[in-house]
Amino acid sequence: MAFIEIEDLCFAYPSERDERRMALDHVNLSVEEGEFIAVLGTNGSGKSTLAKHLNAILLPTSGVCRVAGMDTRDGAHLWDVRQTVGMVFQNPDNQIIAAIVEDDVAFGPENLGVPSDEIRRCVNEALTAVGMTAFQGFAPHLLSGGQKQRVAIAGTLAMRTKCLVLDEPTAMLDPVGRKEVLDTVRRLHRESGITVIYITHFMEEAAAAQRVVVMEGGKVVEDGSPKEIFCRVDAMRKRGLDVPLAAEIAWRLRKQGIRLPEDIVTDEELAVALCR
Amino acid sequence: MLTDITIGQFFPGASALHRMDPRAKLLLLLVLMAAIFVFDTPGGYAALTGLAVALAVSSGVPLSMYLRSLRPLWWILAFTFLIHLCATPGEVFFHIWIFDMTKEGLTRGFFLCLRLALLILFSSLLTFTTSPLSLTDGMERLLRPLKVVGVPAHELAMMMTIALRFVPTLIEETDTIMKAQQSRGADFSTGNALKRVRHLIPILVPLFISSFRRADELATAMEARCYRGGEGRTRMKELHVGGVDYAAAGATALLLAAMGAMKAAGF
Repeated sequence: MAFIEIEDLCFAYPSERDERRMALDHVNLSVEEGEFIAVLGTNGSGKSTLAKHLNAILLPTSGVCRVAGMDTRDGAHLWDVRQTVGMVFQNPDNQIIAAIVEDDVAFGPENLGVPSDEIRRCVNEALTAVGMTAFQGFAPHLLSGGQKQRVAIAGTLAMRTKCLVLDEPTAMLDPVGRKEVLDTVRRLHRESGITVIYITHFMEEAAAAQRVVVMEGGKVVEDGSPKEIFCRVDAMRKRGLDVPLAAEIAWRLRKQGIRLPEDIVTDEELAVALCR
Repeated sequence: MLTDITIGQFFPGASALHRMDPRAKLLLLLVLMAAIFVFDTPGGYAALTGLAVALAVSSGVPLSMYLRSLRPLWWILAFTFLIHLCATPGEVFFHIWIFDMTKEGLTRGFFLCLRLALLILFSSLLTFTTSPLSLTDGMERLLRPLKVVGVPAHELAMMMTIALRFVPTLIEETDTIMKAQQSRGADFSTGNALKRVRHLIPILVPLFISSFRRADELATAMEARCYRGGEGRTRMKELHVGGVDYAAAGATALLLAAMGAMKAAGF
């Protein structure tokens, strides 16, 4: 059994119930423990709606969403589901609750009723994991966007979450902050084997994932490795999406008759292929 | 310019007052405030004034800050003093137009102003030496027994915490909105009072709308982090009543007893 199992998941927002278009339309997806998945799609493709199903903020209109074997509609497991899957949202300002960094990271474990010395340990570990220990006494408004998102990640890690769902965590950040966040997520995935579901508009970030899922109109339309997805430049263009710059350059060079392998996604791969 | 505003006016430090438990400070503040009204003799005022000054000096907070905390009350103090000076019957020592200033009025006005000033000073001692967060924490704990009669202690404290957290964020946002309006020709600094108030509307409307959006997102984020109200919630920073607090309570009790004896003896 997979870690996250989504079967025939349909969801319509209450006000749209009569209309035919559904936010999620018979989505099937399974995620193994320890995977790093990037989810791509234009605005309104259902990415965020899908993400909110993973920790039971939204419940399926029909179909099933199971996390670690627990049905998200089962009220008895609601808090277990939310502890298992942590969420990081787009706007860093609107997800920090406390006026001091360490208090904010402690918010999750406090809600779970963890004893106070144990919370202190969780908080210290979480802050170390995202490299924010030096800022534990800071007020959140003094941090940069990237630092705030790292605090938000620490807030979920402190709950000993097994899976991290990030909903466009870098959309409001500058390039430095974007790199900070992505590097942190990649390191957590590599070192602690945490499952990552990373929603993004930045193709370079998606190229860092092991698997890419493309959504359109509430459906999963593509599902494969970054190489499989990004070599089909035309298909991606048609869906209103870009591909990583390296993949696009390689594609254009191939069209000009230069012989390059089909599976170039990262800058390094392009450089190596060109130098050969 | 707006980002200069500080709220809570907390001065970090390591004095005995800083190290006290916020609950102990809150309770002792209430006791001292009551004492100000009970011991209304010159001897009582002298003792309490002495205590306030001694605590202010020991707190390590710049003394000018205590004076500044009295400033908003300046007019009320002056007004109270003048009313009592002129309206108390007794031995007239100065006469101007229809006003008779009496010696009795002079002393009464002075003590009343002193009483008000002491109330403010003792409250400042609390807010200057207690971080807003531990203050809300203390209030939550003290209000907890009132839950049985329906006081939402946890919810009130959570609201305060979030409000304090968002003050800088909203100030920054107000600044941004003002600049956006100014860049499109809005004028906030000229015209009469009514006009200026009207000019605030285009700032307040977007600020309100975005606050609601923030509140919505924050609620989702809190739910995602397993927030389910105060029930079964633990805290990382538990409050501890320690030696300082017992010493302070003991000292206050001694002082009150001494003042009670003084009052009985007629000072």
